[in-house]
Amino acid sequence: MSEALVEVRNLTMHFDIHAGILRRKVGAVRAVDGLSFDIMQGETLGLVGESGCGKSTTGRAILRLYDPTDGSVKIDGVDIASLNTSDLRKARPQMQMIFQDPQASLNPRMNVSEIIAEPLREHTKMDSAARDARVRELMDAVGLNRAFASRYPHEFSGGQRQRIGIARALALNPKFIVCDEPIAALDVSIQAQVVNLLEDLQRELGLTYLFISHDLSMVRHLATRVAVMYLGKIVELAPRDALYSDPHHPYTQALLSAVPVADPEVEATRKQIILEGDVPSPAKPPEGCNFCTRCPKVMDICRKVSPEFREHAPGRFSACHLMDE
Amino acid sequence: MRDTTAPLLDVAGLKTVFHTRSGDVHAVNSISFALEAGELVGVVGESGSGKSVTMMSLMDLLPRSAEIVGGEVLFEGRDVRGMTRAELLQLRGRDVGFVFQDPMTSLNPVFTVGRQITERLRKHMGMTKAEAKVRAAELLGLVGISDPERRLSDYPHQFSGGMRQRVMIAIALACDPKLLIADEPTTALDVTIQAQIIELVRDLRRKLDMGIIWITHDLGVVAGIADRVIVMYAGQIVEQGPVRDLFARPQHPYTRALLETLPKVTGERSERLHTIEGQPPSLGDEPTSCPFAPRCAHAFARCMTENPFRVDVGGGHDVACWWDPETGEMRDV
Repeated sequence: MSEALVEVRNLTMHFDIHAGILRRKVGAVRAVDGLSFDIMQGETLGLVGESGCGKSTTGRAILRLYDPTDGSVKIDGVDIASLNTSDLRKARPQMQMIFQDPQASLNPRMNVSEIIAEPLREHTKMDSAARDARVRELMDAVGLNRAFASRYPHEFSGGQRQRIGIARALALNPKFIVCDEPIAALDVSIQAQVVNLLEDLQRELGLTYLFISHDLSMVRHLATRVAVMYLGKIVELAPRDALYSDPHHPYTQALLSAVPVADPEVEATRKQIILEGDVPSPAKPPEGCNFCTRCPKVMDICRKVSPEFREHAPGRFSACHLMDE
Repeated sequence: MRDTTAPLLDVAGLKTVFHTRSGDVHAVNSISFALEAGELVGVVGESGSGKSVTMMSLMDLLPRSAEIVGGEVLFEGRDVRGMTRAELLQLRGRDVGFVFQDPMTSLNPVFTVGRQITERLRKHMGMTKAEAKVRAAELLGLVGISDPERRLSDYPHQFSGGMRQRVMIAIALACDPKLLIADEPTTALDVTIQAQIIELVRDLRRKLDMGIIWITHDLGVVAGIADRVIVMYAGQIVEQGPVRDLFARPQHPYTRALLETLPKVTGERSERLHTIEGQPPSLGDEPTSCPFAPRCAHAFARCMTENPFRVDVGGGHDVACWWDPETGEMRDV
């Protein structure tokens, strides 16, 4: 296996809850609760889970768009979580982000070439001719027509806007890109175009992705390994094929069985695991295992002791008492 | 009077146009379909394909900028477009139930859930306050909300997303509707919650005999729940048929491309996704040629000058396309 580019250890992100006239701290939302994992050089790590599980917060905390409550994040050997502001700024070019909503993440008052050139102006000493050349190169790379360089974001469709966001993320030759639900707002036929582009760019530029998504089918298509999150914790992390063909954690099993299959014959016969109830609030997670309130295989120990996230088989990590037996 | 031989819903040649500052948009172009009592029809298409506008046009629930410019809508043989306002309100309030994508925007945040259900029961079913309350609790129980009597006095924000959607379904079912129109009812929900709602609808269908129109962009959802599927593109029905037949032998190049482009959670994994190049047309004019032709790998010269009519391919399955996927030639029509 290749080397780890990103090493996340005990990453914790709690948001304090304040209440009352004095705005006293009354509790904390444990959005991300002690994650440890590696992202290998050149791989795509899929991070899946349902809304509110903390997957986006994880992506943002890794890039230090939030200051983590605890833990460390090493990207290419540098601990991002403890850098001071000026060193952090120097480290920014190598790590970038592609956002879900290209409408909200592109400045409507800037045209395409200004948007793509902005990181170049901020982080390099390029003159305007060099910047223009780089912008054209990036537009070609993501399949945007050069003739549209002076158009504004609203003149583009959702898929094309996402291409602008990708070109901007690539401007500074990053090594590592966090893709936060980059296709969730797009139609199916456009999703495939953007995913193919991301895969081509990865191959050509040797990029490493953290691909955050709730779309389990798409993650199966493009991830090398997959991490499944539930209520602020990773419950399972495994190579793609192993995870999809033989999920170990009961939550992964339920999640995969809930995905509708576009085939009436399969739908008519397949057995689904329908989970009861809702996800508990991350401000008040249950005692013991976070999944114990909905787990179909819950045991007594699960309500008392939180299972440890461990490697049970080579490359297969999970946090479940069933695996500890 | 009620015509017992007529289908529950019969739509012919429906056309809806939006009048915008930058010109007209032809959102719905000559839609025709029928729905039998007890049948669940899945309507699939991408954003802008006109699937929601079509269904809102049926009950005249369009925004002011939209206008129905042609066609006929018959509900149990009665002409909906010719109804008076009072008749229309009665139809929408009692015979037809609606469930929308985002339950938070369709529920009134300042009234309790109980009040929002009982209001309809009292108005349309003539129930007393006490009767309505009993029935409302019964409905919440029916959609799988535990401790229904107590939860009647809760406000919408006190329910989770999945539970709110159950409340919406309870409200839609309040007056025993004959038709339920569900517009992307599970799109805003997580997969495990979506699975719960789908299970609930399957169960309700066994108990209640109503026609359901289920609008979605998710072919997987349709495969699991529908009796029949309508595929829309650019404001037209491009293909429709019984669910198994449509998935087993999709006819229209658009339907085929949609099915190919989807990555799968089980079975074979493709190394590269199929894409449909290009984008849907803007619909500034009513299409006079096949709207999919510019993106179609099989288009003939005729497709660029003439909009294909729907061709029957047997077994209640039809397609608006001249290309025959079995022979690869033009259909003999």
